[in-house]
Amino acid sequence: MTPKNVPYIFILPAVTFFLIFTVYPVISSLLLSFQKREGSEYVFAGLENYTRLFQDELFYKALGNTFLILIVQVPIQLFLAVVIAVALNSQLVKMKSFFRIAFFMPAITALVASSIIFMIMLDENYGLVNYLLSFVGIDPIAWLSDPFWAKVALMAAITWRWTGYNMVIFLAGLQNIPGSLYEAAEMDGAGKLRQFFYITVPQLKPIFLFTFVLSTIGTLQLFDEPYILTEGGPNNSTLTITLYLYQNGFRYFDFGYASAIAYVLVLIIGVLSWAQMKWAGEDK
Amino acid sequence: MRHNVSPFRKTLLYIFLFIGVIVSVFPFYWMFVGATNPSGEIFKVPPNFLPGDYGWENFKNLNENVGIVRVLGNSLFITLTFTVLSAIVCTAAGYAFAKFQFKGRNAIFFMLLVAIMIPYHVTLIPLFEIFSNVNWLNTFQAVILPQVAYPFAIFLMRQNMQAIPDSLLEAARVDGAGEFHIFFRIVLPVMRPALAAVAIFLFMFQWNNFIWPLVVLQSQDMYTLPVALSSLVGMSRIDYGQVMMGTTLSTLPIMIFFLLLQKQFISGILGGSVKE
Repeated sequence: MTPKNVPYIFILPAVTFFLIFTVYPVISSLLLSFQKREGSEYVFAGLENYTRLFQDELFYKALGNTFLILIVQVPIQLFLAVVIAVALNSQLVKMKSFFRIAFFMPAITALVASSIIFMIMLDENYGLVNYLLSFVGIDPIAWLSDPFWAKVALMAAITWRWTGYNMVIFLAGLQNIPGSLYEAAEMDGAGKLRQFFYITVPQLKPIFLFTFVLSTIGTLQLFDEPYILTEGGPNNSTLTITLYLYQNGFRYFDFGYASAIAYVLVLIIGVLSWAQMKWAGEDK
Repeated sequence: MRHNVSPFRKTLLYIFLFIGVIVSVFPFYWMFVGATNPSGEIFKVPPNFLPGDYGWENFKNLNENVGIVRVLGNSLFITLTFTVLSAIVCTAAGYAFAKFQFKGRNAIFFMLLVAIMIPYHVTLIPLFEIFSNVNWLNTFQAVILPQVAYPFAIFLMRQNMQAIPDSLLEAARVDGAGEFHIFFRIVLPVMRPALAAVAIFLFMFQWNNFIWPLVVLQSQDMYTLPVALSSLVGMSRIDYGQVMMGTTLSTLPIMIFFLLLQKQFISGILGGSVKE
């Protein structure tokens, strides 16, 4: 072993795995998206998969559902996470680690498991949630069989799972804000609310960006929850892009079409991530 | 600073936090109640909020139904093998990126960063074809191998490795230590906390991993926990006691793990996003 090849030896296993299981599939998937099956062979089909995709109402529906979740659920989740983080960071609160552990707990469970628990609690006739709602005079809600409420249920399950996760990230960010900033503001007579908007929010900006990008990427890839909770139904109201990709790939074995869906997803994630970074960069 | 906060505000703060705690933790309790009661009890009106003594029955039925003992074993084997393998591969790569200058370093590292952004789902179909071509569908290695070079773990290890002083490595080299000796005897021990955090992250990823095992595993005796659970709720008549026992079994180990190691857990998940 000569000193020159040392780093290559350390990096070799990772690069090998990476080339075989990531780089090759990513390229292969791109090529596949321009192919279609004829008999048992795949043949070049040009843009056929993509033109089909842009006329596919179901795809637009999946796209619309995913973006609706993105626009509604991500802000709610991040807002809740910040509020809880600020509350927990307050000097008034004792038992901080108890609260932190409790709030973080949902983030460690398998999405499949938590989706199943939600499915059971949201049962229309006998579920716990409707039972509790009956005490405040609310009629049973068809959580999983009504197109509107199914979306709400899905968003609730996601919020439950990820709020604590984001809260921990915000909490770490809050602890890095120098206390002297608040002391100075305090002396100038700024109230808690002003301190929140003029110190906490601007100081947390990089963390906001980080959690926002992470949540966006996560939402665009949403699969486990709709697969378990509603199977994309009712009437495709909870069909997401990834679920549609899965159905085309592994239910209808239309690999070319599924790959085209995958690449549209890549494009969307790329554009959104780029826009978010740029927006954050320009604002500085 | 003003310390004379009104007790009213303090109470309000606690009420808010406790409501949050109940919302976060109650589903776990409910899962435990379901797992220890017969199926019918879960949907009784008014509900039974107390754990029962039917847990063993549910476990036995679940084992007859999906072979849960075998499934647990599968999950454990796959997850542990993956975690060890991936931790080694990613740590070695992170070390190279952090502590050596070499041709192609920045290009490869940039590729890894891009890979973090690319949705995993893009690779599903070609991966399926790869494993189909070598006749490895429905095998453990097909579940384990694809994510071994986990870009995020490499990134994390690199971040942490940068804290190792170069002088330490140089001193060892001057003393005549070989590169592997340095890596295993000096670098790894120093990196223990970071390694633990990354290992927990990898463990959790694989233990909860769903879509790829769902695609590649085809027979019930090969299922991992999430796949077995999803097959249970796909059945026409669902025995909810069994299902809740299944979710409990998939959650309990990781929960115990979490309670014991919550500091490393959280730092693994924060992933160097925030410098603490």
